[in-house]
Amino acid sequence: MPEAATRELTFAQAVREALAEEMRRDKRVCIFGEDVAEAGTPFKVLSGLVEEFGRERVLDTPISEAGFCGMGVGAAMTGLRPVVDIMFGDFLTLTMDQLVNQAAKVHYMSGGTWKVPMVLRTTLGATRRSAAQHSQSLHAWLSHVPGLKVAMPSTPYDAKGLLKTAIRDDNPVVFFEDKMMYKMKGPVPEAEYTIPLGVADVKRAGEDITLVAVSSMVQVALGAAELLEHIGVSAEVIDPRTTWPFDEKTLVESAKKTSRAMVIDEGYGRYGVTGEIASVIAEGAFYSLEAPVKRMGAMHVPIPFSPPLEDVTVPTEQTVFEAARALCGKA
Amino acid sequence: MTMATEASKAIDGVKAEQWVRMYRRMVMIREFEENVNELYTRALMPGLAHLYIGEEAVAVGICEALQKTDYITSTHRGHGHCLAKGAAPERMFAELLGKKSGYCKGKGGSMHIADPATGNLGANAIVGGSAGIATGAAFSSKRLGTGQVTVCFFGEGALGQGVLYEVMNLAALLKLPVIYVCENNLYNEYTHYSETTAGDILSRGKAFGVPAESVDGQDVREVFATAQRLVDRARRGEGPAFLVCNTYRYHGHHVGDINREYYRSKQEEQEWKTKRDPIRNFAEWMSEQRVADAPKLEAIQREVRAEMKAAVESAIAAPYPSPEEVTQDVYA
Repeated sequence: MPEAATRELTFAQAVREALAEEMRRDKRVCIFGEDVAEAGTPFKVLSGLVEEFGRERVLDTPISEAGFCGMGVGAAMTGLRPVVDIMFGDFLTLTMDQLVNQAAKVHYMSGGTWKVPMVLRTTLGATRRSAAQHSQSLHAWLSHVPGLKVAMPSTPYDAKGLLKTAIRDDNPVVFFEDKMMYKMKGPVPEAEYTIPLGVADVKRAGEDITLVAVSSMVQVALGAAELLEHIGVSAEVIDPRTTWPFDEKTLVESAKKTSRAMVIDEGYGRYGVTGEIASVIAEGAFYSLEAPVKRMGAMHVPIPFSPPLEDVTVPTEQTVFEAARALCGKA
Repeated sequence: MTMATEASKAIDGVKAEQWVRMYRRMVMIREFEENVNELYTRALMPGLAHLYIGEEAVAVGICEALQKTDYITSTHRGHGHCLAKGAAPERMFAELLGKKSGYCKGKGGSMHIADPATGNLGANAIVGGSAGIATGAAFSSKRLGTGQVTVCFFGEGALGQGVLYEVMNLAALLKLPVIYVCENNLYNEYTHYSETTAGDILSRGKAFGVPAESVDGQDVREVFATAQRLVDRARRGEGPAFLVCNTYRYHGHHVGDINREYYRSKQEEQEWKTKRDPIRNFAEWMSEQRVADAPKLEAIQREVRAEMKAAVESAIAAPYPSPEEVTQDVYA
């Protein structure tokens, strides 16, 4: 069978291509957000969309996150499929009532009669020297809420396939993009494809330790796996790709096979995604584990501005490598 | 009998049948709420009940100006809005009692009645919480060219919520067909609105270029006439409006709010009930204008009372959802 044609796209290009394809396919899809039209967002992720789809479908809004997110919820209930753009994940705090009390609950509270087919795209990730209000990774908050789905792509390929699925989903989906990853390139097929929500991806096969990593931390885990290879440790890297729905089986099977597991996330370690995933692994693979499941998240501090301070707040290839080495008894 | 001449009588361009229908709806809301009060005090109803008694002319006057396919969003004090938009009392009672046959299969309760068939996007227990949804519905109608209008009901307590002003700004910029209807019943829970609301209320709409006006919310004819004008304007594509309906909540914030003298006097309550009751005043007007005579109006009261009793009994007898249903409808 001939290999399907692919080309290299950046993460930002993959996101844009997903949006453009879905907007061509379905006239109900529209974008609301700050500086999404001619500006194409500060990250230039949406450049070119307004030229093709017009300002009615790529709508520049006032700086009113709660207002236009709420408008997205109502528009989704009544026949459109809005993609709401929240520039920095930190601004999610301003949309919380709309997301948590409205979007997440409309379907259930109405006994299944109203639906909210809305996507909220936003960003996460530190190390951009943006300080405490433009650097947080708050996906754990939303993964906690029944009624929401949460996607966390880590490659251009996953970003495109997951976003297309999210737009077609009849539920509110919060879609987190690592802002430091927008320029990262990766292979993306020429042909159309989608990726289901709730299916983990084995990003690297291995035998000795399972590294479960989310979003920005997948590349970090892959880098650490290379370092581990040099000392004779074979690491398997698993990317859940969505924190809800959540593919427990793939993680548990991997941990059973390798007998050691670490969970790495850029969100805060306390009460976060790492705690949840570690607990899933501990419950599912307890009798196969040779060591406690190790968690690595962001330090429990507001993200600082000064580079030497900021750099120590999030896991890196080196810190993940060292922790994994210790977990494997190779210290 | 005088029925034939009464039926053809039109005042302000409104036929007698329509006035009578509005009267019946107002009576229905009051009787519905009296039953809720009784269910609650008999401990048959779980949770909270925020009664709409005293404010009936607002919901009925506004919804009479809407078509079935138009949208509304409602509030924690929402039974009146839902009934005025056409909800069936039996399914409403069933929902209030947490029964499977309720509008939300028992998952929403008193504060979350929703019904796509009557354009009811849902009552909302967050004060001002539906302002975004209503504005979004208006956005859809405009984009899809459906001609629908959305009414966003909220109490004067929501004037303290920032999101209301965010969406009013958006609606004005985008010329959306949405009417923001503020029911000023004077009290934010247990606090007089003058203690929480600075400046002039109408100016808050005018600042965005949104036409703003106020009406006597106890006069269903005035509410209806104004609503018709604003709804027609929105439907023509001329944009949003802000309407303040001055009204009064006869009961407490919720049924359990019995001792109210620390925030309002019995004399004040008595004055509204005796001098400004929307149903009695409307009935008097209809009699004076020979739209419908007293025996006819009393007959309507009796009919509605019997309908409500039957609806309550049916809801009481209806089955609860089974526990397995708890995980259904979390995701579509």
